[in-house]
Amino acid sequence: REYDEASSTMATSSSRVETERSPLQGNVVRGTVVGENGTPLPGVTVVLKGTTRGTATGVNGDFTLAVPAEGGTLVFSYIGYEPQEVPIDGREQIDVVLSTDVEALEEVVVVGYGTQKKSDLTGSVTAVGEEDFQEGNITTPEQLIAGKVAGVQITPSGGAPGAGSQIRIRGGASLNASNDPLIVIDGVPVDNNGISGTANPLSLINPNDIESFNILKDASATAIYGSRASNGVIIITTKKGRAGDKFKVTLNSLASISQLRDQVDVLQGDEFREAVNRYATPANRELLGEANTDWQDLIFRDAISHDHNLSVSGSISEVPYRVSVGHLSQEGILLTSELERTTGSLSLSPQFFDESLRVNLNLKGIYAENRFANEGAIGAAVVFDPTQPVYQDNEFGGYFEWVDENGLLNTLAPRNPLSMLEQRDDRSEVLRSIGSLQLDYSMPFVDGLRANLNLGYDVSESEGQVILPPTLASVYTQGGSINEYEQEKVNKLLDFYLNYTQDYEEIDSRVDLTAGYSYQKFTNEIPPFATLNFVGDTITRAPNPIETNNVLVSFFGRLNYVFKEKYLLTATVRRDGSSRFSPDNRWGTFPALALAWRIIEEPFLEAQTVFSDLKIRGGYGITGQQDIGGFYPYLPRYVYSNVEGSYLLGDTYYRTLRPQGYDVNIKWEETETWNAGIDFGLFNNKLTGSLEYYFKQTDDLLSQIPVPAGSNLTNRLFTNVGSIENEGVEAVLNYYAVSNENINWELGFNATYNRNEITNLSRVQDDAAVGIQVGGIGGGVGNTIQIHTVGYPTFSYYVYKQVYDDNGRPIEGLYADLNDDGAITDEDLYRFEDPTPDWYLGFTSQFSYKKWSLGFVLRGAFNNYVYNNIKANAFYNNLDWNGYLLTIPTYVRDFGFLGVNDPNRQYSDYFVENASFVRMDNINLGYNFDNLLDDRVNVRVTASGQNVFIITDYDGLDPEVTGGIDNNFYPRPRIWSLGVQLEFQ
Amino acid sequence: ASVYRDFVNYKQVLAKIYAGYALTGQQGPAGDPDILGGDEGFSSYLRQYWQLQELPTDEAVIGWGDVGLSDLHEMDWTPNNQFITAMFARIFYQVSLTNEFIRETTDAKLEERGITGANLELAKEYRAEARFLRALSYWHALDLFGSVPFVTEEDEVGAFFPEQISREELFNYIESELLAIEDELVPARQNEYGRADQAAAWTLLTKLYLNAEVYTGEERYADAVTYAEKVIGAGYELEENYENLFLADNNTADGIIFAIAFDGLRTQTYGGTTYLVHAPVGGSMDPAEFGIDGGWSGLRTTEQIVDLFPTTTGVIDERAMFYTEGQAEVINDITDFTDGYPITKYRNVTSTGEVGSHPGRVFVDTDFPMFRLADVYLMYAEAVLRGGGGDVGMALELVNALRERAYNDDVAGRISANELTLDFILDERARELSWEAQRRTDLIRFNKFTTDNYLWAWKGGVPTGTAVPEFREIYPIPTADILANPNLEQNPGY
Repeated sequence: REYDEASSTMATSSSRVETERSPLQGNVVRGTVVGENGTPLPGVTVVLKGTTRGTATGVNGDFTLAVPAEGGTLVFSYIGYEPQEVPIDGREQIDVVLSTDVEALEEVVVVGYGTQKKSDLTGSVTAVGEEDFQEGNITTPEQLIAGKVAGVQITPSGGAPGAGSQIRIRGGASLNASNDPLIVIDGVPVDNNGISGTANPLSLINPNDIESFNILKDASATAIYGSRASNGVIIITTKKGRAGDKFKVTLNSLASISQLRDQVDVLQGDEFREAVNRYATPANRELLGEANTDWQDLIFRDAISHDHNLSVSGSISEVPYRVSVGHLSQEGILLTSELERTTGSLSLSPQFFDESLRVNLNLKGIYAENRFANEGAIGAAVVFDPTQPVYQDNEFGGYFEWVDENGLLNTLAPRNPLSMLEQRDDRSEVLRSIGSLQLDYSMPFVDGLRANLNLGYDVSESEGQVILPPTLASVYTQGGSINEYEQEKVNKLLDFYLNYTQDYEEIDSRVDLTAGYSYQKFTNEIPPFATLNFVGDTITRAPNPIETNNVLVSFFGRLNYVFKEKYLLTATVRRDGSSRFSPDNRWGTFPALALAWRIIEEPFLEAQTVFSDLKIRGGYGITGQQDIGGFYPYLPRYVYSNVEGSYLLGDTYYRTLRPQGYDVNIKWEETETWNAGIDFGLFNNKLTGSLEYYFKQTDDLLSQIPVPAGSNLTNRLFTNVGSIENEGVEAVLNYYAVSNENINWELGFNATYNRNEITNLSRVQDDAAVGIQVGGIGGGVGNTIQIHTVGYPTFSYYVYKQVYDDNGRPIEGLYADLNDDGAITDEDLYRFEDPTPDWYLGFTSQFSYKKWSLGFVLRGAFNNYVYNNIKANAFYNNLDWNGYLLTIPTYVRDFGFLGVNDPNRQYSDYFVENASFVRMDNINLGYNFDNLLDDRVNVRVTASGQNVFIITDYDGLDPEVTGGIDNNFYPRPRIWSLGVQLEFQ
Repeated sequence: ASVYRDFVNYKQVLAKIYAGYALTGQQGPAGDPDILGGDEGFSSYLRQYWQLQELPTDEAVIGWGDVGLSDLHEMDWTPNNQFITAMFARIFYQVSLTNEFIRETTDAKLEERGITGANLELAKEYRAEARFLRALSYWHALDLFGSVPFVTEEDEVGAFFPEQISREELFNYIESELLAIEDELVPARQNEYGRADQAAAWTLLTKLYLNAEVYTGEERYADAVTYAEKVIGAGYELEENYENLFLADNNTADGIIFAIAFDGLRTQTYGGTTYLVHAPVGGSMDPAEFGIDGGWSGLRTTEQIVDLFPTTTGVIDERAMFYTEGQAEVINDITDFTDGYPITKYRNVTSTGEVGSHPGRVFVDTDFPMFRLADVYLMYAEAVLRGGGGDVGMALELVNALRERAYNDDVAGRISANELTLDFILDERARELSWEAQRRTDLIRFNKFTTDNYLWAWKGGVPTGTAVPEFREIYPIPTADILANPNLEQNPGY
């Protein structure tokens, strides 16, 4: 009966279709669509091939469609299932069984030393492919996935061309050692340290060449990378040709304009004059000028950039290849900053001996030319006296500078911001190449056994020169400055592993076993150069050359075991040796174990139709950390001073020899991670998602702690002490809101909660311990605003509690006497919030209608606090200095601090602001001109906007501040871009 | 370490120990620090020693907003104070450096490495100097912190918890060390410039004995007289022109027993004398007269110091070196550079008017006179007046030698025997040795540092001055160290 009712409803609608299509004068086809297990599939799109005529199945999977009398083919398509074409052949009843999309299930994820089927994963791994990348003017790879992955926080450090980002996966596992994830590019782990002459080493990878990111988050996924895995691993795979690919040429061009989003409002014009006349000394009032200069406006510009990429791919006599060249020319919004980058890549993936030997060759080369702006000009422009002219007839290149009554430069005053930029020539050239050759050989006599050899390298050479003319005020006295630098870095890699994969059908089992060895050596050479002035006098003699190297040797193994396609187990172990530690502590073992249960495969879930995927996972593992900055922390060594650090005995200056502090016992930092997750798909995977909980505890923390005075040759030593915890929850939801022939709308949402706490910091437990003060601020040398204390999050703000009046206005100089001793001393400082967000989330929408597409990425963070250092320097007494004037931000009107005799002012918690925000990171609109010129040409045109708007209560320019101290960083521009992509095949 | 196989290296290691007082690390002026935490130039040994000895006294105020700096004037510092923490770290860094060198230059080790003949003699001199420098730093610890952790060359480098030594025991240790090396050091005035000789050890012994009552409760004035006499008898002469003791070529000045050397080209730091020359320059002062690129607008002195002189200019007493133009004598606002007179003593200009060597005029050539003959004269006179024996007539002669020099050889500067009182000595020390890192120790010895026996402007953070609790005569052990070493007990009161 139910069937009858349903079919009558459908009949009504189909009769309407029929009426519309009446000229065709045909038949009506009815039928039902079911899944493999016989459950009816509602919402399946049924289209008459080659036409726009179609319908969707009803709740019971049935459909009715008018079709032509002869011929015709029906196309059934549904998310998560393989589309099926069925010729009508004059039938009136067509019942269809759709099979699940194997490709979706068989989606392969890159894990360390191999790949795994997504459905077989037991750990926390997120893959982001090209189709999900952020679009627009993206010059550095990590920006492609900003906001896209739960548990991964990507904070761009600023708006300079090629500037990098701080990447944190599930919070930082360490305190003083590195918190950066390990980045592996085409099988080559690259070191996280900087390359001289570049804003960010990752900017030397062309984002256009990247095919996918695979992010390994929990220990069971990362432990295969052992001692470098505590902060997660990001595996970047670049694009390659594929077997059978047709010849294809792709040309991408993008032009962008970047604009300053906002500037700091400061006292100007009459308001500034009035404030000076009120608060400055009579002598200083005389310093007021006549001009009205907007210094911030002067130093920023609308910046143009273009990015062109050409790639050719295909196969020549069975050898798949891809060759690409790219050129990026990017101006920064701060005057003079620019980046020119030329990249090339070659990938060959031939197969030999009946496909038993698979070869993968990847070569990438980069040449970059940078010009760096003096970012100090940003802060100078914010404070520079707006009544002074830009130019003046003087010996400082014609730029106004503060001088005393004798015409001598006032060395304490800020320098002319425009002069700082225009008179500085700071350029670098960087060459880098990353390459790998992978040989994967399927052994002839043992079925399922492969041997894999990977040889890789990453070399870079950089050189740069900073030329400051004698007319530049800051080097006027010494007669200018010419300084050069060079660096050469080499990273060589050899990996070898054996993999054995076998199905044991008789016991319903599948085994995937890997065992291997890895050797990697990093060297770094920095030759010394003297600094000269313009007449050739030596200003600073060449320092000591730097030459360091370190080696990692590893053995690793992994077992994946699948029983009955539903019980999964992954066990990994890695044993690492690092040259950073003494022979006694050199080796560390890092095991992990994870289990997963694909509940969806259980018979008791066969009957239901709600869940289309359900898996629970749990894992535990230990990973390590050895990147502690120094290279020989366990060795007693003596080092020479530079010439400027010599000492006179008699009539000879001796370069001194210093014994270095050391810790013979220094060893690995260890992080234990527990991870539990559930992956689900609902309504035939229309809604998919996962929920995950993790807990990480780092012990033997490599931290720099005060050593007992007199016991070592330093006051602070890197040693293994202390513990830190990170705990969090990640949620991911993906929803195919609409999916039919004309409209596709996919929504993605991810959210992460993370908290961290220091649980121990010293060898001796002491509750009275204040902690380790960190986080330098502007406004006094050596002043810090943050602290690491046991029982609190890392980098907590350490401040005085501001007292407010009845109107909620802060009372200047009045702080809560927290210890009730009648005086405000540093014992009244308390810990207040921290810079790390409690929550961060990403929201993505991708909508397409026919040939149009519209997408956006929103990114947000909540309860991230920022110390507004610019606001903290806003007090009226700050206008008036010895022989010069400064302006201050207008928000001084809100609290009106004078700032006389109150050294505690800048430590007020009033300046620590909640900087929760939501940012429209990216919005883009595209149109495809498909199938031009006989299907041989596709053209896609896009328009995009980046950093479009921010919703926040934070008072400063940008609430997203790496490290949590906002002190005039290079502002992130708003970028508008137009792009065209041309595919020719 | 292999560095000791080649004798050439020994002197470079020794130079490092001396440089520990001047520089902050292996890269001048900054970049590869010896101690971590905080700004390098800020934490320079000499700069911190100077600040802890001067800022809580009538001799100096500083107008900067760096956290903890004003606590030094206000005398309400806590164990977290960054300057106190830095000083403690510097002292024990020097102790560790000297221990390492002494450990590596024992007779046995020298023999094992085949160091013989003249090299062996030199090695022994170096070792004696390292022991002197360790005693010097331990004396700073004794004077500033009282009871401190105690480590010697017997302790290996590592991560252990040194034991705390009482003030009396530390006094005895320093005394025994100085007496032990007295004969191993190069005779007075015979060593190279910059290196310590017997006179340096005697001067330190004099200081130790003069302050013994403060340190141990037991008077040792007779010993102070004995050792001051040794210095006085060693053949030093007073520098004729007082001003020359503080200029860029003061390495050629007479009457300096032990100096910390600086050089604009080769010994660069933002601490040390770079700080002492720059920090008191500001207002309408002309940086060129100081041989520098610009002043730092920080240091001035209080009216009480100005009032010790007959006039504010050097026309009568040439030691009155105040800059007064556009400056107010009375300090209303410590942060305002024009309140209070800067003292213009330290300059990066030579006695012939040449500017120091650094082309950028940032780093100075001026050495710091750590021990001066004039100080020994005044210590002798004081020890005599305090009942240490000696010759009262000689005491008067010595004081008058200083007075005559100050008054440009004019006898008007001389005082009579009945004017030679302890109070006069204290004032004369302020006139002769102002801004030479002596004042806190002197005021404590005269029981005027914390008490209401003497109030100066801004003492205790009050414009007219107020007494503070007596426990502030010694600084607290920094919290960081209390935490790092469970064997340490905090000084009383903190």
